[in-house]
Amino acid sequence: MADSRQAGRPLSPHLQIYRRTLTMMMSIVHRATGMALYAGTLLLVWWLMAAAISDSYFAMVQSIFGSWIGQLVLLGFTWALIHHTAGGIRHLIWDMGRGFDLASVETSARVTLAASVLLTIALWAIAYGVM
Amino acid sequence: MAEFSLPRNSKVQPGKTWPKPQGKRLKDFRIYRWNPDDGQNPRIDTYTVDMDKCGPMVLDALIKIKNEQDPTLTFRRSCREGICGSCAMNIDGTNTLACLKSCAEVKGDVRIYPLPHMPVVKDLVPDLTRFYAQHRSIEPWLKTVTPEPQTEWRQSPDDRKHLDGLYECILCACCSTSCPSYWWNGDRYLGPAALLQAYRWLIDSRDEGTGERLDNLEDPFRLYRCHTIMNCAKACPKGLSPAKAIAEIKRMMVERRA
Repeated sequence: MADSRQAGRPLSPHLQIYRRTLTMMMSIVHRATGMALYAGTLLLVWWLMAAAISDSYFAMVQSIFGSWIGQLVLLGFTWALIHHTAGGIRHLIWDMGRGFDLASVETSARVTLAASVLLTIALWAIAYGVM
Repeated sequence: MAEFSLPRNSKVQPGKTWPKPQGKRLKDFRIYRWNPDDGQNPRIDTYTVDMDKCGPMVLDALIKIKNEQDPTLTFRRSCREGICGSCAMNIDGTNTLACLKSCAEVKGDVRIYPLPHMPVVKDLVPDLTRFYAQHRSIEPWLKTVTPEPQTEWRQSPDDRKHLDGLYECILCACCSTSCPSYWWNGDRYLGPAALLQAYRWLIDSRDEGTGERLDNLEDPFRLYRCHTIMNCAKACPKGLSPAKAIAEIKRMMVERRA
């Protein structure tokens, strides 16, 4: 490798040219949702702290979460949480050495994606139904 | 840290369009070129091939271009039947062997690059020094402590079956150079090919070096940078699954702790 660097060799193109596939995108989204969960968890902590601080502060935070933009962020947070959990189950199955043939890999990607969307809709439908 | 863009000396420039031949079934081949002697950045040259006068595979087209249009076009090839692994390259966005990839499978122009995220020696020839060193590091030979038998080391047909899906690997590097984890951490992560080979020896009933082999892989980078992205299994021109082999190694790690 040292020789390669000295020779001034260029690095061949990678991300720029590699064909995007569903499985590749699922891996990227799994990581992205994982990072989004850090931010989402901070929101949860903020909400709990607000409840502990005072009635008026809690009301203020509630109104932010209740606004359309707040609801949008919470919708994203719940989808990220569910998608990451579903992806985690997919990884757990792989860790048992199962589901590695290419057809299963494709199917589990689609099932994970569909389940995350449907469960998010269901969760919000229930939440709005209760309110 | 992952570097997503190409270094300045590696950015690809537009290149030359070579004269078109006469013919009805013309196909354009857009090929990565880099000449170590001219001090220029890599470029994409466009060659047109009359498919009525060319064999069906991408390797046939490359050889035809080299023979008839541009003798400086450089690539590795040998067996032309998917057993030597020399002509591994990125065709139409996916790593594969040029000799097994049919031109007709590619819609539109055929885009050809060297194996991704590798130092380029010239044109489509990557430097595989590190890839081979990683293979060496997994000690790809039978390790035994019991005295050598008078004849051969015996193996039952059932035990032999464990090697199916592993021994077929031709070390073409399609899998390792398709793997984003290998792109970002190729200096410390062994990559799919070396790990599939590692498992081939771990699961061999005749091998007695299992413990030290696992010790050698028990490392946050060497083994555990696999995130099951699945590019390796999709790229493998022999239809093998390095991802599954890696999962089996991880399982062996857990099982020996229990």
